[in-house]
Amino acid sequence: MAILVNNKTKAIVQGITGTQGSFHTKLMLEYGTKIVAGVTPGKGGQEVHGVPVYDTVKEALSEHDANASIIFVPAPFAKDAVLEGINAGLELIVVITEHIPIKDTIQMVEVAKRNNVNIVGPNTPGVITPGECKLGIMPGHIFKRGPIGIISRSGTLTYEIASNLTKAGFGQSTCLGIGGDPIIGINFVEALEMFANDHETKAVVLIGEIGGDAEEKAAEYIRKEFNKPVTAFIAGKTAPPGKRMGHAGAIISGRTGTAQSKVKALKDAGVHVVDRPREISEKLKEILS
Amino acid sequence: MRLYEYQAKNIFREYQIPVPEGQIAETPEKAVEIAKSMSRPVAVKAQVLVGGRGKAGGIRFANIPEKVAEIASQLLGSKIKGVEVRKVLVEEKLEIERELYLGITVDRSARKYVAIASSRGGVDIEEVAEEHPEEIIKHYIDPLLGFHSFEAREMVKKMGLRGRDLILAADILNKLWKIVEDYDAELVEINPLVKTRDGKIIAADARLIIDDNALFRHSEFKEVLKSEKRELNERELKASERGLAYVELEGDIGIIGNGAGLVMATLDMVSLYGGKPANFLDVGGGADPERMEAALEIVLSNPRVKVVFINILGGITRCDWMAKGIIEAREKIKTRVPLVVRMVGTLEEEGKKILEEAGIDVLDSMEEAAKRAVEISKQLAGS
Repeated sequence: MAILVNNKTKAIVQGITGTQGSFHTKLMLEYGTKIVAGVTPGKGGQEVHGVPVYDTVKEALSEHDANASIIFVPAPFAKDAVLEGINAGLELIVVITEHIPIKDTIQMVEVAKRNNVNIVGPNTPGVITPGECKLGIMPGHIFKRGPIGIISRSGTLTYEIASNLTKAGFGQSTCLGIGGDPIIGINFVEALEMFANDHETKAVVLIGEIGGDAEEKAAEYIRKEFNKPVTAFIAGKTAPPGKRMGHAGAIISGRTGTAQSKVKALKDAGVHVVDRPREISEKLKEILS
Repeated sequence: MRLYEYQAKNIFREYQIPVPEGQIAETPEKAVEIAKSMSRPVAVKAQVLVGGRGKAGGIRFANIPEKVAEIASQLLGSKIKGVEVRKVLVEEKLEIERELYLGITVDRSARKYVAIASSRGGVDIEEVAEEHPEEIIKHYIDPLLGFHSFEAREMVKKMGLRGRDLILAADILNKLWKIVEDYDAELVEINPLVKTRDGKIIAADARLIIDDNALFRHSEFKEVLKSEKRELNERELKASERGLAYVELEGDIGIIGNGAGLVMATLDMVSLYGGKPANFLDVGGGADPERMEAALEIVLSNPRVKVVFINILGGITRCDWMAKGIIEAREKIKTRVPLVVRMVGTLEEEGKKILEEAGIDVLDSMEEAAKRAVEISKQLAGS
């Protein structure tokens, strides 16, 4: 099972000829991800690591069967690339690009919703179902297949926790980076809903951070209807208010977005919130034994 | 990017949103000159980008120009909540009949812009939302259709406005949406929107925050950006030039890491073990040795820093490159500040080798490394 991506996922890479696009196409192919085509306007006819490049998504899809896309297009052109993917009929679009204007993200997320397209990100490391499909920029070797679902707003902190879990013997069903921006596609609640319906996933790890109220919303959902055990770590307990801590979305504004509020909401919902990333695997041992 | 009140009001003027008559002054003499030219009671308002300016004494009133000179010389150069006042806005004092609130911002959970109106203006809107939620009128703006005049009228009607007031306030709310669209604003707010005794509706204050990620399509803010940079200290300035995410804090343990979440967690670990972080610094994904070198130089140039904790988790970032950057910075600066390095992931062995040859210990666990950094900082503080 797993969620969002599996060995049937066939993907295209939008922005495949750029430095990042080309580099990660190679790594995704090495991991075993089925990358069937790439798109860069004006570069149609070329090849990148053996993957044929087209000028438009429609053209790529007329030659290849694909249901997903991963986007490395620079921020000023990212909304256009997402809309192109939606218009061509893709079901899942992973937006790696950072620094997309909020106005653009609001629009592309809305269009995706109206067309039943799943957006992961923006500003995400992507999504991986270990052993089947890596649609993202995460280091593949730190993941191992197993019963833990991971949902996270960050990149390297996720790798920190995932590699701890792998070392402790807890593999992952799917690890999803939902993105560090204020406006994102799939959020914590929607990802939890997906894990609720995934029989392979026995427990979920939620990695949150300051800013917004997505963790509070997740807590409310968990309290009401999520039946699998959840452990969580929230980053930014020492962050000062009003300062952006690296991620566009990691900012305490006024009274909303503090780590304390998130920790409290999650604890009240029965989530095991830990103080140190390393304690997550210890908690899982307790819960799952 | 936050705009000053006077800058936001200049934009309001472009859109014919009524604002008080007034001008900006950098000296008491200029402030008096402005007051004289208006020949009526004025408000002198410190231009600082912090909330709660009024309560902190940053807004004062004067009936005569001599008083303006006194207030302006007190305000200019003083600090409000730690921020130096370089400019004051001298504007006509409004005769207030009632105070309202209008604003548009981004609602993260709804994934939409939200227009907010309230008949309780002049106070902290978050307080109103908590204590009088029934007095907050919200409208989520359709991302594809935008915001329309009738929606603005419906909101303003709910605030209890009628007749001419309704038309004027709805028109202002509509214009705020135009500003959001045209300038990529994440927040535009009028608090208070004042109804004066002679029946005018005027934006007494103005807050405007532009989405930093949209600045590439707003060359009109180039000058504003430059002036904003003048407010940064030399470390913040250097970090911003190098595109490094840097936030200065109060403590003595310098922190560098790759990835915002990891760096935040690193600060948290240091605090958990009883230490005080001096900064947040994220070198970002896939950084090269030069980036690490610049990062370490910036952190070490903070005189408060007694020890630096570098936390690298190599994914797309190469540990050997980070190690090279660390060594190069250390040779260049010839610092005696101890470094605690935690390094795992891509090319970890190569990175460790480089550092260990230079006599720098490398740890595997971020918790252990945080503990070590805190111990060192305490020893040095005690010595």
